[in-house]
Amino acid sequence: MSNHPFSHLDALESEAIHIMREVAAECANPVLLFSGGKDSIVLLRLAEKAFRPGRFPFPLMHIDTEHNFPEVIAFRDHRAKELGERLIVRSMEDSIKKGRVVLRSETQSRNAFQSVTLLDAIAEFKFDACIGGARRDEEKARAKERIFSFRDEFGQWDPKNQRPELWDIYNTRTHPGENIRVFPISNWTELDVWEYIAREKLEVPEIYFAHSREVIRRAAGLLPVSHLVQPQAGEKTEHITVRFRTVGDMSCTCPVESAAATVEAIIAETAMTRITERGATRMDDQTSEASMEPRKKEGYF
Amino acid sequence: MSAIEKISLDQTGLLRFITAGSVDDGKSTLIGRLLHDSKSIFEDQLTSITNTTRKRGAEGVDLSLLTDGLQAEREQGITIDVAYRYFATPKRKFIIADTPGHEQYTRNMVTGASTANLAIILIDARKGVLTQSRRHAYLASLVGIPHLVVAVNKMDLVDYSQAVFDKICSDFGAFAEKLNLRNIVYIPMSALNGDMVVERGEHLDWYQGSTLMDLLETVSIEDDINREDFRFPVQWVCRPQTKELHDFRGYMGRIESGSVRTGDAVTVLPSGLSSRIKEILVYEGPLAEAFAPQSVTLTIEDHLDISRGDMLVKTSDTPQATKAFDAMLCWLSEQPLDLNRKYLIKQTTRVVKAVISRIDYRIDVNSMAQEAVNMLKMNDIARVGLKVQQPLVCDDYARNRATGCFIVIDESSNNTVAAGMILPSDRAA
Ligand SMILES: Nc1nc2c(ncn2[C@@H]2O[C@H](COP(=O)(O)OP(=O)(O)O)[C@@H](O)[C@H]2O)c(=O)[nH]1
Ligand SMILES: [Mg+2]
Repeated sequence: MSNHPFSHLDALESEAIHIMREVAAECANPVLLFSGGKDSIVLLRLAEKAFRPGRFPFPLMHIDTEHNFPEVIAFRDHRAKELGERLIVRSMEDSIKKGRVVLRSETQSRNAFQSVTLLDAIAEFKFDACIGGARRDEEKARAKERIFSFRDEFGQWDPKNQRPELWDIYNTRTHPGENIRVFPISNWTELDVWEYIAREKLEVPEIYFAHSREVIRRAAGLLPVSHLVQPQAGEKTEHITVRFRTVGDMSCTCPVESAAATVEAIIAETAMTRITERGATRMDDQTSEASMEPRKKEGYF
Repeated sequence: MSAIEKISLDQTGLLRFITAGSVDDGKSTLIGRLLHDSKSIFEDQLTSITNTTRKRGAEGVDLSLLTDGLQAEREQGITIDVAYRYFATPKRKFIIADTPGHEQYTRNMVTGASTANLAIILIDARKGVLTQSRRHAYLASLVGIPHLVVAVNKMDLVDYSQAVFDKICSDFGAFAEKLNLRNIVYIPMSALNGDMVVERGEHLDWYQGSTLMDLLETVSIEDDINREDFRFPVQWVCRPQTKELHDFRGYMGRIESGSVRTGDAVTVLPSGLSSRIKEILVYEGPLAEAFAPQSVTLTIEDHLDISRGDMLVKTSDTPQATKAFDAMLCWLSEQPLDLNRKYLIKQTTRVVKAVISRIDYRIDVNSMAQEAVNMLKMNDIARVGLKVQQPLVCDDYARNRATGCFIVIDESSNNTVAAGMILPSDRAA
């Protein structure tokens, strides 16, 4: 045996595979949430590693806000097809039509309403477990969340009443109507995700790489111009070279100025970077220091 | 050749550790210091905690705010649950479980400790070894954390006195000996000023040992996993039933300890049937050998009836499957133990019905005295006897941390109510 060490990525990968297999074996009707973003792209590779040569023992699902970047949606469909796995798409438009979501305006951020559509889809398919790509390094409230995290009938998370999680023995039992969110890459950081993407040579949507884009410079960050975001009176737009660190609602996901055009360049930049992923890119998360916590209590993923 | 074929046992990559200490000993400050001095704090986090520090009317940056996460507890100003933090240096990646030291939170420390390679026990240099320090040392030994660091903190408040430090080392050492705790490293430090955390500082020249960060980066964790006894709990049976893979049956799981090679004679427990390893498969292709903690797929030469919950072991090293065993139990639930009730036990991938048939004694975690009791409540630790409906492969926890542990689940609430560590089988009832 030569002396290539069992790296931190090997350890994180094996942990995630173990978690996915536990979900498959113990949950009656799980689903993997796939958005086309980098974290869920990593989840798909981990699922391949966990279950090939078999098929995935769960479908993929995307909750589409219809405020997504078109490149990401195209990528989502292409990747699901390539894997030969079933992709369910549930659209917020349906929730709006049903009156379950009431928006103030067409262009407002839809991140906060995803939970309604997600809960509707969970009820429709009777999913008892949703596998997601959230990471504990993203946000303070997440740092305390379990890998198997329980939601009550209203989709609420109760941070004060979490089951203790010991060793890697997961208690997956739920009462009818309850739901588990499972986060196999809880222990990964943004840098781990990029290093894994490089190691596994995973394809990611183009908007993660440096490209020229028309943006508006606002106090909170750079806003990409689209049908949802137009310059207001007195505002100028400019074309600069940017990339996205996270992909979400087009109305509030800000790119960062960057010339990183390859995964390796992104890794170098991420290792040097001085601002958290959410701090840099999500206007709606900057409002208060613990801003995700109230939203999570309401069933936000 | 796939990347995985080149991997060796050398597990330098990932170290998990916990911090334990009483309230205000400086755990949060120490973690903040590690993150800050290793440049793992982001600017927006720093801005945010600087603002919060100022809002509270204080100066500078209170590094402890970095880890004190949830809104409610920030209002109370204390850490109330286990929070996980991440940082990396060029040498290693680290996962910290920040566990609070409050009186009633034995369960949090046990939870955080369960996956840790190393524990840092903080001691306030002014206060010396307190009852709480002894409790933390006991819990670290109970949960079998392989490496222990005693961080004598707030040295700045005792004039960086070597005599104070030496006294604490000998007090702690005397107690640790009784617990069979080895691999203890003592480090004097000031988390607030940063002495001996990442930098050596200028005040502790009399101390020759390594800084905390040095130690974290270099401590050898290769043998934290049992390398001798091959244990492979089956998680999932893969049967694609496609045209090309019509007869394929792959047993998927993670190697919990030891290693396996193709051709090895293996026995399935609890059935006792034997076969040989045909292939070791990972996504990248077949391997000749695999070891803990790799997740793999195994195929065997014979067609045996194997399902989730079964365990593959080497025929040359077959443990007993048993329906009665003794264990140390840490009760985690607000609902006390009811000796008349049936519970569920989950150990590796097996879930069985169980009763707790005896409580031998409860440990007073402050005095280590053994007390006779007939019930257990939250935070109690006791030696108990258990009986289970189907046999379990019972490894002594002290020998095999991965297979010697279990959780107890209350079937009606579905809560995890206790954590168990299996004892050697000599006197099981
Ligand atoms: N003088 C001094 N104060 C410290 C040191 N470490 C922590 N403190 C202070 O002790 C108090 C409690 O620290 P904290 O990290 O919140 O303790 P925790 O309750 O263990 O997390 C805070 O006011 C810290 O600034 C140290 O090394 N020297
Ligand atoms: Mg604290």
